[in-house]
Amino acid sequence: MAFKFKGGVHPDYRKSPEVPVTVIAPPPQVVIPMAQHIGAPCTPLVKKGDTVKMYQKIGESAAPVSAPVHASVSGTVVAVEPRPHPLGDLIMSVVIENDYQDTPELMEPLTPAQLKDPEAILRRIREAGVVGMGGAMFPTAFKISSGRGKVDTLIINGAECEPYINGDHLTMLQYPDELLKGIELARIAQGVEKVYYGIEKNKQDAIDLLNAHGAAKYGIEIVPESTIYPQGGEKMQIKTLTGREVKPGGLPAGVGCCVISTRTAYAIYQACYEGKSVIERIVTVAGSAVKGPANAVIRVGTNFGYIAEQVGGFVRTPRKIVLGGPMMGICATTLEAVTVKGTAGLLFFTEEEDRTVEEPVCIRCGKCINVCPMRLEPTYMYQYYKKRNFEMLEKYHVTDCIECGSCTFRCPARMPLTHAFKTAKLMLQARAAKEKARAEAAAKEARK
Amino acid sequence: MNEKNERMIFDVTYQPQVRTVRDTQRIMLDVIIATLPIVGFGVYRFGWHALLLVVSSMAGCVFFEWAYRRLLKKSITIDDLSAAVTGLLLVMVLPPQTPVWMAVIGDFFAIVIVKQLYGGIGKNFLNPALAGRAFLTASYSGVLTVVMIDGVTSATPLGYLYGDSPMPYTLAQSFFGAIPGSIGEISSFAILAGAAYLIARKVIRWRIPLSVIGTVFAVSFLGGHAGYGRFEWALQNVCAGGVMFTGIFMATDYATSPVTISGQIIYGIGIGLLTMLIRYFGGYAEGCSYAILIMNLCTWAIDKACHRRQFGVSRSDFLAQKTAGKNAKKEAVS
Repeated sequence: MAFKFKGGVHPDYRKSPEVPVTVIAPPPQVVIPMAQHIGAPCTPLVKKGDTVKMYQKIGESAAPVSAPVHASVSGTVVAVEPRPHPLGDLIMSVVIENDYQDTPELMEPLTPAQLKDPEAILRRIREAGVVGMGGAMFPTAFKISSGRGKVDTLIINGAECEPYINGDHLTMLQYPDELLKGIELARIAQGVEKVYYGIEKNKQDAIDLLNAHGAAKYGIEIVPESTIYPQGGEKMQIKTLTGREVKPGGLPAGVGCCVISTRTAYAIYQACYEGKSVIERIVTVAGSAVKGPANAVIRVGTNFGYIAEQVGGFVRTPRKIVLGGPMMGICATTLEAVTVKGTAGLLFFTEEEDRTVEEPVCIRCGKCINVCPMRLEPTYMYQYYKKRNFEMLEKYHVTDCIECGSCTFRCPARMPLTHAFKTAKLMLQARAAKEKARAEAAAKEARK
Repeated sequence: MNEKNERMIFDVTYQPQVRTVRDTQRIMLDVIIATLPIVGFGVYRFGWHALLLVVSSMAGCVFFEWAYRRLLKKSITIDDLSAAVTGLLLVMVLPPQTPVWMAVIGDFFAIVIVKQLYGGIGKNFLNPALAGRAFLTASYSGVLTVVMIDGVTSATPLGYLYGDSPMPYTLAQSFFGAIPGSIGEISSFAILAGAAYLIARKVIRWRIPLSVIGTVFAVSFLGGHAGYGRFEWALQNVCAGGVMFTGIFMATDYATSPVTISGQIIYGIGIGLLTMLIRYFGGYAEGCSYAILIMNLCTWAIDKACHRRQFGVSRSDFLAQKTAGKNAKKEAVS
């Protein structure tokens, strides 16, 4: 079946699924940030001196768009204070001294009756702190519940189109049955019949394995997709699998779809069948500054310096720390920062990966237009951005940009396109907020 | 460990963190590679003078770009090879007897007046090589409007096609290049080989060349000419003149052609129509280079008009948006 979206690029994938999954021993100290999701940050439930167990809930918020956080090791809380967050800020975090016992405090696995009850599953998803583990870290329980009544199709994202990253692929190979059960739970929670599982063809072994393990029996249709970035983008995934296009400014639920990632589905399985909350994930550690690629299971809250040491140390001085894949991943500023639930990759780059130039000049080749999956015109958007022409920026739909980075990747002149569009969007938002405030003030004035 | 790490400072850049290896320089190099069969055939047909012209014109363009930017204390951009490409393409559309000094004057006009005065690569609105040729043709029309091979002046195939005497060259001769003409324009076969390379390397897309050549073919097929079969006439129009080379190498010039997808097709059709208009009704047998220069001037307007339908907008919504925009403009005017 498979529909096609326009544009896209073929980056140098440099994937390493053949590297066996290793487990990195938890560090002497973990730092658990209270914000590991989009939405309201959690309030710490523990204080300095408390003893905590592995999987124990240590942070919570009553807000609907939020997800609790849990201790990734057992031990003693030595500090509750702001610490460097991978996204750059100092964020309130719970620091736990590891006692190396890994004393667990598991939730009760759901009973067979509960495994059929959407409400029970949803409660458990929320309680276990499951968020979008592809990187966006949107609270999964809220995503599912807010789509109820509108969503008719559940989509599992197994494209993993980012270079380097192998976590989803290896999860499919390692835990096919668990994964399929997790997907079934998500389907029950969402209350739909139709499940598509989109997997890029460069993971043919995983496609075959999941089919052999009876994906069809679970009502899951696995759709092999062509290997092209950004196939794993939410909007591209929906288009490819259903032919529907999310409207500008709209949500997937608006076209009846809910997209969750492979690793999230596995987290749902662990939460419901094993009573485990999200405290670890598989992270691909790679880049020219470290010895070789590693696919490692790493506890949440492990700092980057420790991880680099565990995979064999730096062979060259790193210049950049990239979180996630290199196409959409952002840069961390310090090795003190720690992994969170959404960290799919940890890349240490040197000059070798750097292809920026000092004075980029657009040559109008139009390649950015050819590759834009949102069918925008990046070269013109950039010109209007340079002139701060907000009216034209809106007319050229800069707000539709999904910041996939395809245009910038493909640009032979090395123009900082994606960066410009991100800035332009923020400027437009600030401008809209200002105008709204002015209009409100004027309305108030008029009422007087 | 911590002490050592704390001293590390990391770059922070916005996504994406990786980029393709194919940069501007590589694209220009690809264009040079694509012209190799054409240059080779030109040298085979016209002798070493052709090669001398190619080399000196490339050197001339690179020198003028370097000197201009040096004098005006701008960054030196000759590394991107775009100047070398301009020099190369300019020679390709000149007749083989052109003196070297004349080509160098054309280089000066192309690089300094057409390209650098407007800001350099990507900023010029006319194709530098074609503008250079137009300048030379106007200045030295006696030397450049004829083709001399081995000291003998011969009329161009297009001169025969649109003149009174019958065309002495067969279609095969036109296609493989056994005809008089500009150094790079004679062999459609060599040009197509270069085009295949450019398209395979994704340096250019098929849209512009196909719409130029397709339109020329369609118009001449429909228009016809006394004494020729329709197919023969249409194919001679495509192969015997400059349509092949300019349609593939000149019309696709990045800076001066539209970047929007439908815009490229409109632009190509425009070039084809203007070419045939000049050929049928103009006083000049070869029309393609002027057609391209005229369409260069329309590029900006075409791109503006060919705004793309973005993701998530249905065709009907898109049309509704367009008419709503038009109505709003009308209201604003009245």
